Amino acid sequence: MVRGLLLAAALAALPAAAQERFITLSSTTSTEQSGLFGELLPKFRAASGIAVRVVAVGTGQALRLGERGDADVVLVHDEASELAFVAAGFGIERKPAMYNDFVLVGPTPVGSPRDAVASFRDLAGRPFVSRGDDSGTHKAELRLWQAAGIDPKSGTGRWYRETGSGMGATLNMAAALDAYTLADRASWASFGNRRGLTIASAGDPKLFNPYGVMLVNPVRHPHVKAAEGRAFIAWLTGAEGRAAIAAFRVGGQQIFFPLPAAPAPRS
Amino acid sequence: MDELAQAARLALRLITEFDSALVDIIARSLLVTASATVLAAALGLPLGALLALARFPGRQMLLVTVHALMALPPVVLGLLVYLVLSRAGPLGFLGLLYTPTAMIIAQTLLILPILAALASQQIEELAREYGELLRSLGAGPWHAAATLLWEGRFALATALLTGFGRAAGEVGAVMIVGGNIDRATRVMTTAIALETGRGQLALALALGLVLIALGVGVTVATFGLRALARRLSAA
Repeated sequence: MVRGLLLAAALAALPAAAQERFITLSSTTSTEQSGLFGELLPKFRAASGIAVRVVAVGTGQALRLGERGDADVVLVHDEASELAFVAAGFGIERKPAMYNDFVLVGPTPVGSPRDAVASFRDLAGRPFVSRGDDSGTHKAELRLWQAAGIDPKSGTGRWYRETGSGMGATLNMAAALDAYTLADRASWASFGNRRGLTIASAGDPKLFNPYGVMLVNPVRHPHVKAAEGRAFIAWLTGAEGRAAIAAFRVGGQQIFFPLPAAPAPRS
Repeated sequence: MDELAQAARLALRLITEFDSALVDIIARSLLVTASATVLAAALGLPLGALLALARFPGRQMLLVTVHALMALPPVVLGLLVYLVLSRAGPLGFLGLLYTPTAMIIAQTLLILPILAALASQQIEELAREYGELLRSLGAGPWHAAATLLWEGRFALATALLTGFGRAAGEVGAVMIVGGNIDRATRVMTTAIALETGRGQLALALALGLVLIALGVGVTVATFGLRALARRLSAA
């Protein structure tokens, strides 16, 4: 029986093992759902012969996958937790990869559409749906509440709802409830169920949303495919990757902008 | 309701166009779930027979446990399998996380209690009916169990279908241990979750309709086989 189980498991693993070299990339739902990887990864594969398998989760969970050694490369968007990840020795060779911005979406524009903090001050008491999932977007939202001097938790049960789920599920809820939510530009641009939702506030530099890419520390996790992972990071932040990021469009709109490669701030 | 009609049209188009990404996902769904059902049957049916026929200390407790595990949320099971298969977990060295194998393991464990519980119930009923006869014929316990499993094969086919259905429609566990990786571990249910997240509700619903059609297909095939087997055994 046990032998049968192992045999079946081995058989099922065959198609995966027979494939060429690959790395596992833990990243965020925003990059996956916008279709960016569908555009980038085939180009990288053509250039390097390395396939990239993407596990798309929130930034917090993506970093934890790296921590446990379940990914080779991490591409996420929360600078503070990325730096903490590197400082703790879980990741190395962190590089800025690209950026876009967050947008506040809701049923009607708020008073000061280009001032994010003032917009959030306006929001107190209006229905708001929060990711509530420790994602990069959730952390950005909490920073904005703090800057606006509002404790959203005080509205829990009345106007503030934490979904604890991904960007898509949260946008679906906001659309159904005529509520506001903070979304990353990529998820918003590729979201197909907007109903009455529109951009309520955007363009403030405080809504800057940078993505960083880093290798999971191969000293801590010896099975990490360091050579292939480094090849991917070098390609993504190099001329070809930057061009591919800049060329990606959703509905004719550029969604991601390559970041100038700077030396890693701390490593 | 407009969305439902749109989804139905989209589903039809996806199927008739033989969309290669969809075919890939359907094939993987069937492979994973069929493997899990076969494995769970290989383990669960004998376990069910054991629970029905053998008398040993702790049997009641095992019986209660098996029944209680039927209600285990797939997400919890997925999390447990993830922790075991994760690189930081005890079986991490196998490198099975984010492979179809990991998904088969999770689904097998998910439906194993269902198959064992349904099989034990079925065999207990048969044992009441035929136990005397089997004993008078001098059948040992192994022989009796095998005979009763065979006699109950039509009812057990329904148990297998129940397990197959539960595994095929499950999303929480395979999402965690498979990772919903495009062209590697994406199956029907995780694809539906992804498209719902993208707000592509019609496409998500269309995939759901395809999944329902698959379920109907498998059920009809099983019923057909059952009818055929009945006719052959009656002849």
